[in-house]
Amino acid sequence: MPDQSNLAAILLTLKLASVVTVLLLLIGTAIAWWLTQTRSRLKTVVEAVVALPIVLPPTVIGFYLLITMGPNGPIGKLTTALGLGTLPFTFTGLVIASIIYSLPFVVQPIQNAFAAVEPRLIEAAATLRAHPWDRFTSIVLPLARPGFITAAVLGFAHTVGEFGVVLMVGGNIPGQTRVVSIQLYDHVEALEYGQAHELALALIGFSFVTLLVLYSFNRRIVSINP
Amino acid sequence: MKKLFALFIAILAASPLAQAEELQVAVASNFTEPMKAIAAEFEKDTGHEVQLSFGATGKFYAQIKNGAPYHMLLSADDTTPAKLELEGLAIPGTRTTYAIGTLVLWSAKAGLVDSEAAVLAKGEFTHLAIANPRLAPYGAAALETLDSLGRTAELRLKLVYGENIAQTYQFVSSGNAELGFVALSQIIQQGHIENGSAWIVPDHFHAPIRQDAVILASGRGKPAAEALLRYLKTPKAAVIIQSFGYKL
Repeated sequence: MPDQSNLAAILLTLKLASVVTVLLLLIGTAIAWWLTQTRSRLKTVVEAVVALPIVLPPTVIGFYLLITMGPNGPIGKLTTALGLGTLPFTFTGLVIASIIYSLPFVVQPIQNAFAAVEPRLIEAAATLRAHPWDRFTSIVLPLARPGFITAAVLGFAHTVGEFGVVLMVGGNIPGQTRVVSIQLYDHVEALEYGQAHELALALIGFSFVTLLVLYSFNRRIVSINP
Repeated sequence: MKKLFALFIAILAASPLAQAEELQVAVASNFTEPMKAIAAEFEKDTGHEVQLSFGATGKFYAQIKNGAPYHMLLSADDTTPAKLELEGLAIPGTRTTYAIGTLVLWSAKAGLVDSEAAVLAKGEFTHLAIANPRLAPYGAAALETLDSLGRTAELRLKLVYGENIAQTYQFVSSGNAELGFVALSQIIQQGHIENGSAWIVPDHFHAPIRQDAVILASGRGKPAAEALLRYLKTPKAAVIIQSFGYKL
């Protein structure tokens, strides 16, 4: 049986990852669709920006988020003016940080799935007078389903595994920002290796099962539509 | 040419570089600035080379226990070196207090923290940053101070925790926490508090933050380690240490 504080950290992490995944699927779909449709020269720029979190150390993202979301930063000034206060050390702050951090893991699979949709199908639907929204929801979305599933799983798992960004902007507050990875780090630092193992093994198990489900699902899709 | 070569050899032999050693020293975050200054002087005076690593004492302890190659530890407390000695990871008889830390309640905003710490009683702030008291001695001292002031219960929900004293400073200096308990050494420049407003916590509010240094097992038989330990006690080092607000 996990101890109370570990349980609180696990629940908080699941809550964070769920909220982030839902928001990312919405944002990611919009960005991915724009990227597949546009002929703008900005496309490569946007693609590069979206991919940045893959290559940047999380500490860089966390450091700049701490500064920009702080009372003297542009985002901090905006949120303060809107009466929201500043975002570091809050759950909302973590949600925003995680969205940025996990963005490429959601955008890229969806974008690939969109790109794989046969344009002739969409054109055929257009000749049958399906309006754009109809074409998108009844042709593109169903065909891109595997991409969405990959995106959701990766976005969720990547948020669960997030550490550096949360360490920088979280402030380690129980029930607010003390997620599993931070709690684990705390245990290790405090030499509570027993509790650390409990969380670490749970994380390894979770990540393995997640990827296992994802890969077996993708295999099934491939064998259905070879 | 031969003469020149002989001269070269003579210079090489006479210079302290001939016996120069490289030292790996783990230093508690709060002692970062003074240690950089001391190490520079030490290198100049002895020719030894000092590699400094800065971090939380608790982390260093875990690393040393797991075979980290540090020769010496400048801890933020006195319990960690004692524990290391007890576990055979530090050399007995080398423990020494190199500084006594000063805790300070600090805000990057001028005029926010007053000289009586009434700001804590008023509670007109959203976040009070302290170092994680489970891991950092300055965090434990901060919590003790809040206890002494009888404010722990009402301020508990406003606390945010830095992983070590360096991150706590970062939270306060970026303004994300309006105020926080940091080390005086972090905000002092040539004996003056440069920015914001501060309350230097009087000694009787918490147990003294005795910072001990110790030579670790891998520093056994390294003259440079002994030399650095002695150097920390020289008047030259004392001036530097005190200029950063530590007591001796």
